[in-house]
Amino acid sequence: MKLDIKRLKFELTHIYRSIKSSAWLGWQIESNWTDPLLFGIYTFAKPVASALILVVMYLVVSRVPTSSPFFAYMYVGNAFYLFVANILFGISWVIMEDREFFEMIKYIYTSPIRMFLYLFGRGLAKITITTLAVIITLAFGILFLKLPIHPARVNWGLLFMALVVGLWGIVSLGMILAAISMLVARHSGYLNEGVSGLFFLLCGAIFPIEVLPGWLQPVSRALPFTYWLEAIRRAVLPGQESLSPTLAGFPTGSLFAILLGTTLLLALASHRIFHLCESTARRKGWIDRRTDY
Amino acid sequence: MKANVFVNAIGKKLALNLRAAWARAYVRIVGVNREPSWVIFDTLLPVVGLAAYVFYYKALGAPSAFFGMVILGGAMTAYWMNVLWAMASQFYWEKQGGNLQLFLMSPMSRMAILLGMALGGGFSTTVRALASLFLGMVIFRIPFAIASVWQLLGIFFLTLIALYGLGMLFASAYMLWGREAWHVSNLLTEPIYLLSGFYFPVRALGFWVALAASAIPTTLGLDGLRQVLLSGKAYAFLSVPVEMGILAVLCVAFLILAHYMLRYMENLGKREGRLTLRWQ
Repeated sequence: MKLDIKRLKFELTHIYRSIKSSAWLGWQIESNWTDPLLFGIYTFAKPVASALILVVMYLVVSRVPTSSPFFAYMYVGNAFYLFVANILFGISWVIMEDREFFEMIKYIYTSPIRMFLYLFGRGLAKITITTLAVIITLAFGILFLKLPIHPARVNWGLLFMALVVGLWGIVSLGMILAAISMLVARHSGYLNEGVSGLFFLLCGAIFPIEVLPGWLQPVSRALPFTYWLEAIRRAVLPGQESLSPTLAGFPTGSLFAILLGTTLLLALASHRIFHLCESTARRKGWIDRRTDY
Repeated sequence: MKANVFVNAIGKKLALNLRAAWARAYVRIVGVNREPSWVIFDTLLPVVGLAAYVFYYKALGAPSAFFGMVILGGAMTAYWMNVLWAMASQFYWEKQGGNLQLFLMSPMSRMAILLGMALGGGFSTTVRALASLFLGMVIFRIPFAIASVWQLLGIFFLTLIALYGLGMLFASAYMLWGREAWHVSNLLTEPIYLLSGFYFPVRALGFWVALAASAIPTTLGLDGLRQVLLSGKAYAFLSVPVEMGILAVLCVAFLILAHYMLRYMENLGKREGRLTLRWQ
């Protein structure tokens, strides 16, 4: 029994140190390329511009003001979807970066850190920066676009739980993309953009899933992010009825249970796929290959 | 006699630079086709992202002309991304890869190298753009109709030349930068999509904002292409001949600026010792 506890303590310490080191490294890479002012502008400009594209599209077509339920539905969904886009790209891009630009990947493999934990740590840095971006985007919407979010009415408990489970799912998917990145050349960086676009279409990020053709809706209903975004909206816009009749039929408890279940399946698949792809890349000698031209 | 010698010298220099451009393009074309998985990633997946915007417009009850704007805008993002990542960032990638000094030691013009990169990347970019257009037309039944072939070719090629001229201008700055080059390219995606009106009529931003945004070639290029392909005069910012005139001026201005900036930045980089600095 004593030995087991000692072993467990050792493992947990190792996991903690691995994640802490790689998260610190990730934060340094993401932030130390410029001074804090320019970094602040960069963190502000991108997410706000991405939200404003949808806002202008809305205003050009719709005669309804921005205090409408559809606008709030779209804006909140788009803001939190930043987590999906940025984390998927961030984790999978680590492989390209360390393999081809910094040429450090072989040194990571020869250090006492597991690649899975290293990527998870690097992903944490991306989560931190994206959280800032989401807060900025929401604040912009509240201050300038009459977004009906009132901090006193937000269901913080549901928001926190939904975020934790959702981020777990997003990181799992990011690991799958990172694993695939070990097997493809650099020019397939569009894979990350494409997968992010696929979920943007299918998860009801900016429109209810009922707008999609009937044959696509079962696919939407099978994805954890669909339930995740619905749970986020229920937490952040508690007074507002869901614009998706399908999802409105789920009580919050059932919604969360489906989210948890689908995320668990995704996490298990992620672990399996990651180790399969990694072992294939090691067998073929592709871990540290360069594919630039 | 003197004129002959001069013409001969110009001819030799031109031939050298064209061979250099072809050599740089050749590597790109062959490299891309070594792993053909990009065909799926660059044709099907981008259309999926565009489809999200089309369904967004559908949810808003927009007229079908807006669906065409999204598809056309999506096709042009391929060229903007090529300018940013395959041209402007190219000297940064070469610096990271340790090849920049080899290019600078060779006797060809830097613009010839960049032209080669543009041409090489242009193949996969054009495949992506055409796939977006074709799939968008088929899936969403967008009725593209060419109002004038000459205006279509004129506005398209003027936009491309001006775009690649801008890319060469960016490349001169990127030659000296470290990791900020990557982040600047990242920063110049969504804000440019917003300012250039990739997915909506640019005049929705107001006259003065749209005019300022016209310094980005894709702004007027997209506006002109919409008028020619989608009968989009109702949403036009300026007329097609005026837009072609402005784009022609931008072509000349960017190419001349790029020529001088590349030379200036290279000399600055040599003085400050930044041309071979990696991983900064």
